[in-house]
Parts: sequence; structure tokens; C-alpha cells
Amino acid sequence: MDAESLLLSLELASGSGQGLSPDRRASLLTSLTLVKRDYRYDRVLFWGRILGLVADYYIAQGLSEDQLAPRKTLYSLNCMEWSLLPPATEEMVVQTSVVKGRFMGDPSHEYEHTELQKTNEGDKVFEEEVVVQIKEETRLVSVIDQIDKAVAVIPRGALFKTPFGPIHVNRTFEGLSLSEAKKLSSYFHFREPVGLRNKTLLEKADLDPSLDFMDSLEHDIPKGSWSIQAERGNALVVLRSLLWPGLTFFHAPRTKNCGYIYVGTGEKNTDLPFML
Amino acid sequence: MGDPPPDPETPPHQPSSRRSSQASQRRSWELSQPQPTISEEGPEIPLDDPVLQSGQGILASETNLQGWSPGAALTQQENLMFQAEEGQLGGVEYPSLNMGFPSELQPQPYLEEGGIQATRNASLMLQQLQQGQGNLFQQLDSAYLDTQPGFLGQFSMYQGEDLQFHQGAPHGPYMRDDPALQYSPSELGFMPFSMEVPEPEPRELAVQNAKAYLLQTSVSCSLSLYEHLGNLLTKILNQRPEDPLSILESLNRTTQGEWFHPRLDTMRDDPEMESTYEMADRQKGLFLRSGAGAEGEQAMEEEVAETAVPNIMETAFYFEQAGVGLSSDESFRIFLALKQLVEQQPIHTCRFWGKILGLSRSYLVAEVEFREGEEEGEEVEEMMEGGEGLEAHGEEEGEEDEEKVTDIIPKPMWKPPPVIPKEESRSGTNKYLYFVCNEPGRPWTRLPHVTPVQIVQARKIKKFFTGYLDAPVISFPPFPGNEANYLRAQIARISAATHISPLGFYQFGEEEGDEEEEGGAGRDSYEENPDFEGIPVLELVDSMANWVHHTQHILPQGRCTWVNPLQKMEEEEELGEEEEKADEGMEEVEQEVGPPLLTPLSEDAGSLRTSTLAGATSTVPRTSTHPCRPPFSTSIPAAWTSWR
Repeated sequence: MDAESLLLSLELASGSGQGLSPDRRASLLTSLTLVKRDYRYDRVLFWGRILGLVADYYIAQGLSEDQLAPRKTLYSLNCMEWSLLPPATEEMVVQTSVVKGRFMGDPSHEYEHTELQKTNEGDKVFEEEVVVQIKEETRLVSVIDQIDKAVAVIPRGALFKTPFGPIHVNRTFEGLSLSEAKKLSSYFHFREPVGLRNKTLLEKADLDPSLDFMDSLEHDIPKGSWSIQAERGNALVVLRSLLWPGLTFFHAPRTKNCGYIYVGTGEKNTDLPFML
Repeated sequence: MGDPPPDPETPPHQPSSRRSSQASQRRSWELSQPQPTISEEGPEIPLDDPVLQSGQGILASETNLQGWSPGAALTQQENLMFQAEEGQLGGVEYPSLNMGFPSELQPQPYLEEGGIQATRNASLMLQQLQQGQGNLFQQLDSAYLDTQPGFLGQFSMYQGEDLQFHQGAPHGPYMRDDPALQYSPSELGFMPFSMEVPEPEPRELAVQNAKAYLLQTSVSCSLSLYEHLGNLLTKILNQRPEDPLSILESLNRTTQGEWFHPRLDTMRDDPEMESTYEMADRQKGLFLRSGAGAEGEQAMEEEVAETAVPNIMETAFYFEQAGVGLSSDESFRIFLALKQLVEQQPIHTCRFWGKILGLSRSYLVAEVEFREGEEEGEEVEEMMEGGEGLEAHGEEEGEEDEEKVTDIIPKPMWKPPPVIPKEESRSGTNKYLYFVCNEPGRPWTRLPHVTPVQIVQARKIKKFFTGYLDAPVISFPPFPGNEANYLRAQIARISAATHISPLGFYQFGEEEGDEEEEGGAGRDSYEENPDFEGIPVLELVDSMANWVHHTQHILPQGRCTWVNPLQKMEEEEELGEEEEKADEGMEEVEQEVGPPLLTPLSEDAGSLRTSTLAGATSTVPRTSTHPCRPPFSTSIPAAWTSWR
């Protein structure tokens, strides 16, 4: 959610039950403006909170002018001092996929994972048990990256693409209408499109290239991995991801207010197909 | 906007044809649209008429201009005329075409004098535009010798677009039928343009043609470009966004969209917002009732007002310090809804248990205790349990068997496991009653009591809640019940596992009953310790031994107190037919023992979380930067039930 409308966004996203305490909110308001100044970001988003056993990580992201460019991620333990995280790589994601369980809350904590590695010694093949140390920071980076790629949401029309390349925030976006807001097809993944090219020409004919340049949520597998609810009698539409429980996206129809926040343990819900 | 190509040509005409064109324009305008300003201009017209018609001399634009300045009054009126006409016709599309007119060369005051009545902001801006453009062309070389070809060229430009006023060849300006008509505007009335008025000057003709083209609407679209651009520019000028050029396309789209979705009449209801208003109405009912109730209570303040309704706002405040909880207005609405519940049902104690998120709707759960002696007559019929159904089936098979003489199918040896009886109300897992509702303002529904088999099955499955109590729970192993039962079972499990309090807050009552008589399950009741002095927060955080469970643990059997199923079986078998075979299948059943009440958390098996639930159940207490004082700490320990 945008750091500028932090209080309102937190209020709207509070239906999921997890929020921020007043002291955290106050410190966020101050520290995020400082982050924006220091790092010269165009927009700062408060991404959310990953719950650890001992402490929580508060995550923020900074965006440049082009909304779909890779974002810089920062984390903090006390909402005041922010540290930049390295960008995620494929390697990291693979490496940390073996780590299960809750986050500890200590960024220097190391998970130990024993792997069987085959080493060739001459003709014989030995299998050695190698203990791999994985830092929690790496795990944090890869989890944030996975969540962003999988479930970061933006409504249709909030961004538009110009022929010059960069993707801008659409300042004339006035919100989705009520009927549109209840359909999953009006929401897009906030990331580079993956499945767009695979669409048939017939489907593409109906799209508006300046607005429909991202993947929509309705083709997500498994079907039904999004819970869409209207709270307060249609005055607020809330999308919750069931794949990464804890991600809440809210939008007040006919207004510009929208945003998403993740408050959760950072674990993917792999039992999803059984639970639906 | 308009046609750029003719622009370079129109200014050349400007010096030469200005007089004539303006004069003719004036004349034609006078006739076609009676203007209030005509009277001002009256005396001056006949002057120019014969002079200008012949005047095809080439004049430098500057000299022309200068020549005009003494005749400023003239031009002024022309401006006014022009302005008024613009106002009437909208005048949005004129900028490039009107460049040739002297109006732009005159400073603003002329514009403001008379014709503004009908002009909007748009035309002001356009005038400025025109001025700007006019200044541009002022600098152009004024030696334009070819006026005639220019005329022709101008006409040829518009021929393609000219639907209504098609002209094959240029016509000179016609004499008016009766110059005297100019002096009596009131008698003119509205005359069809084509009949009375002579063919207009090329400039004006071009303007009219262009405008007519822009006003075109087609069969498929009832919006003309003229109107659309008017709307667009009005919108831009009203909203004044930054950098409008970069968002021009989106604005264009939006304006087009708005045409087709106009604002509804204020008297009509917006169909989309129906449910919002409905919800708001319902919640308003909540507020009003509470208002009436509050007044009554204030009158009785002297009496001990021990209402059953808990102080939700206070607990919400503490939860907020820990970073958990719903927004404050939602908490308040829940408070009102609970109040409503207390009024409707005979409730002794009431507590807001929590919120369970579902796919389409969520559940708000209230944990209540009825007053002593209140019958719970609204028992929802429980679904047929699997055991009973199978037994009946077994008997049927036996009957079929007897009919077939040739093939005797061996009777199934399997007997369904004995049904473990559910616990009595107000004890064990059914100690409290639970009411749920979807949103504050909606009616509360009571959940049925939970049976042990439901708890046992619920431990094996993991499903999302849809939000509808009567939805079936389709799972493997099959769950005996619908969503209401599943919900109740989950609530029971969560309560049993996570309701904790600091050590010493609750203590056992002084019972003298023999423990063994109760099946070894230990005491099942507790009471508040009046001597509780609180434990420092740091100690609470450091050691798990300072926290204890104050709800009974649920045994693997699905109950809190153990019941030997075999005893029941023996009773049933005496009535049944297969006595002998049943004895063979009997197994020794051991008594199940669970940790007694008020066991500290440090004795909890496994890690501090149960991994069976979808949402993480964390029993880790949290401290915020401002630890709460001990007397209130009971609210925090009861927190952290799992939020789905």
C-alpha cells in the first residue's frame, strides 16, 4: 500500500485481523518519508509484515517512475531503521525452497540443511552429506519475491502503458465500478506478464493494449485460489489470497483507494488444492 | 482542431479580404442571428458596404491593423458579434479558423465587453490561443498578391467536407435584399439561413462547413466530435490536472465513457449501490437500538449494571497494542451486535470469541453461556452419523440375504465403531454455546453442540470455510456434518488449545469430590483467583511456565472426559442380534488421559504451534513497547486464537 495513504489503507485492510499497533504505525509514517527522501524513490509502498517466532520483519518497497521495473526491497525490525535487501535471483529461490517452517525473526539466523551431494572420485560415485547453511536474509528475499510474483495485485486501469515504454500510474483512474469490482478479471498481477502472449488472437482483440498489459487473476491455477468478498455491504472489496494466506488486497469501488498488504508467516499454503 | 492546411492561407486573405469579409460577416450575422449588440453597430454599417466590396487591394497586415485601430469601434463590434455568435454556436472549434480575424489582435477588454454572456471559459482560452496564433501570423510577410487563387484554394479545401453548403465555384458576396432590415432586429426573427442570407464569405463559409462537419453524428454513434471535444476540454479545464498532454488519451477515453454512462437522475436509485445502502440501514438499526438502550441504562446507573456484554472496545485496545485485531469502527459494530444478541437471548455471560475468515463471507463468533436453567430448545438436528447409517445398511443386507436361497452371501463381519456420546451441555467441549453471524447487523445463528466424532474427523481434514453455514463439507475422510458442524468443531479445538491465562489467575475451586470418580479427567472447573497479583511482563514473556491453559484438553476420543465405548457397546449388544460375533471383535480399550486443567504451556507437546490448522496458531505472547499492566493481562492471554 502506498506510504502516503498509509493510515487509510491500514484501516481498510484491517478486516483480515492483522494490522499494526499504533506505535508501529506512527513510526512507519515517519520512517517511510525518510526512506523516500534518502533513496530517491518515486513511490514507497509498505509491503507488509512477516511474522517470525522471535520478532517480525516489516517490509517496504521503493518504486521508480516505471511501475513494473524491479523494485528495491527494504526490511526493518523496528519500523525505524531500514536496510536494503539484495535483489532476488533464481538461485536464491531454489536454494531456499528447502527451508520449511516459520521465520525466526533474526536476520542472521542460519538454517542448516543437509543435502546429499554426489561427488565423483575417479570411478566411484560417493554421496556425501553436505550441510548447507542458508541465511534467513536470503530466505526473506526469496519469499518476498515469490509473494510478489504470485499474488501482488493491482486493479485494471490503475496503470497504463505509453508507447514510449514506461508504465505510469493512471491519474484519471477513478476506481472500478461495483460490477467490475466483483469480477476477478478486473484485477491484474502486479508483475511482468507471463501468460499474455499465449492468448489467442480472439481474446487479444478485446483487450486494450494500454491497460491490459498484465496477467489477470482469473486464470490463476488452481481456480478459486482467490477469495473475493464485499465488506460493509459493497463499500469495500477485499481479495484474499489462499495460496499465500495473509495477503489482503482491498479496493473501495468508485474511489482511487486500493492497495495490498501481506501479514503472515511467509509460508506458502501447499495444501490449497485439498482445502478448496 | 480544425484544419491546419488552410491556416497559412487564411492569414494571407486577412489583409485583403478582411474588410470585405468582416463586413459581410457582420451583415450575415446580423441577419441570421439577431444580436443585442446589433443596435450599437447599426449606424456604421452602410459606411463600409460599398467601400469594402470593391476593396480588393492588397494591404499589408500591419497597415491594416493600424488602419483598424481608429476604426476600433468597428472591430470591437465585430468582435462582439463574433463573440456572441461563438457563444451561441459553442465556438470551440474556431481557433485555427478564426486566426484571420482581428479579434485576436485586440486585447482582452474587447472580449469582455459584450459577448461574454454566452461564452464559456473555453472560448476565453481559445481567444488567447487565437491571440497567440494571430501574433504568430502577424510576423508573416504581408505581401500577398494572390487573393483570388487564395479564395479558390480555400473553397476547394472545404469542398470535400461541405455537405450542406456545397459550392462549386466561388460566389461573390451578395447584396442584401433590403439594407433597411438591418435596423430592426426585432422584426427579423429567425429566418432560415439559406433563404434570406446571401452566400457568406469564404472565410465564414469555411467556418460553417467545418463546424457542420464536426457536428456530424453517425448512425452508430450519437455523440458528435464537436460535443465530445467540448466535453473533453471542459473537463480538463475544470479539473486542471498536471501535465494534461501525457494523459490526454486516457482523458479522452474517460470522457467518451462518461457520455454513455451519464450520471443518473438524482431521483432515481443507483442499482449498484443497493446492497451498500441496505447494509448501512441495517447497521443503523444497531446504532439506534443501542442509543435507546443506553438512555435506559443511564437511568438505572445506580444499580449494579453487570450486563453480560463485554467491554469490546477495551479489549480491542489491548489487542491493537499487540498489532492484532479489527479496525476500531468494526469493533464498535461488533460491540453493538453483541449487545443485540444479549437482548435477544437469555445470556449469562458473553464474550467475543473472534472472527473466522471464509471464502465468500466471514464469521463473527460469540461465545456465550446461557443462564442457569435455561433450556436450549433450539437444537439443530444433527446429521445422521455415519455409524447409524451403516448399521441400518447392514440389517438390510441381512434381509436380502434371507430372500435369496441359492446364494448365501456371507454377512459382513464389520460392525461400525460404537458411537461415542457427545458431552452434555455446559461441560467439556460443550461448555459454551456459540453464536455466529456474518456481519454486524445480521441475525445471529446458534451453532449446534459438537460431537466427539466430529472433532476426531475435523482433526483429519483441512478445508476452507465458505461462509454459508449449510454448505456441505466435501472431504476425505468424510466429515459427518455440514459447515456449521465443522465450524463448531474447529472452534472447539481452537478453544481447547489456545485459551490461556497467566499462572495463578485462575485457581481450582475447593472441591472435595474424588478425582477418580470423574474418570481421572481431573477437575473441570475453575474460578478466578481474587488474590491474583499479576506477574511482571518480562517473566510472562520469558518462560512458558507462567501461562496455563484454562480450557480442557480434548482427548483423542473427541471428548474432554473419557467415556469407555465398550460399556455402551455391551448395552447395545444385548438388544442386537449378533451377540456372539460381537464378543470376538472386542478390543481392549485403554482409558485416555490428557493433561489436567491449568497445565502450563511449557508442558505442551511439540513446538509452540499446531501445524494442522491452515492458519498458524501461535501461542507465543507478544510484548509491545508499552507492556500492559498485570491486572489487565487476562485479555492478552486469551488472544492469538487462530485467524484464518
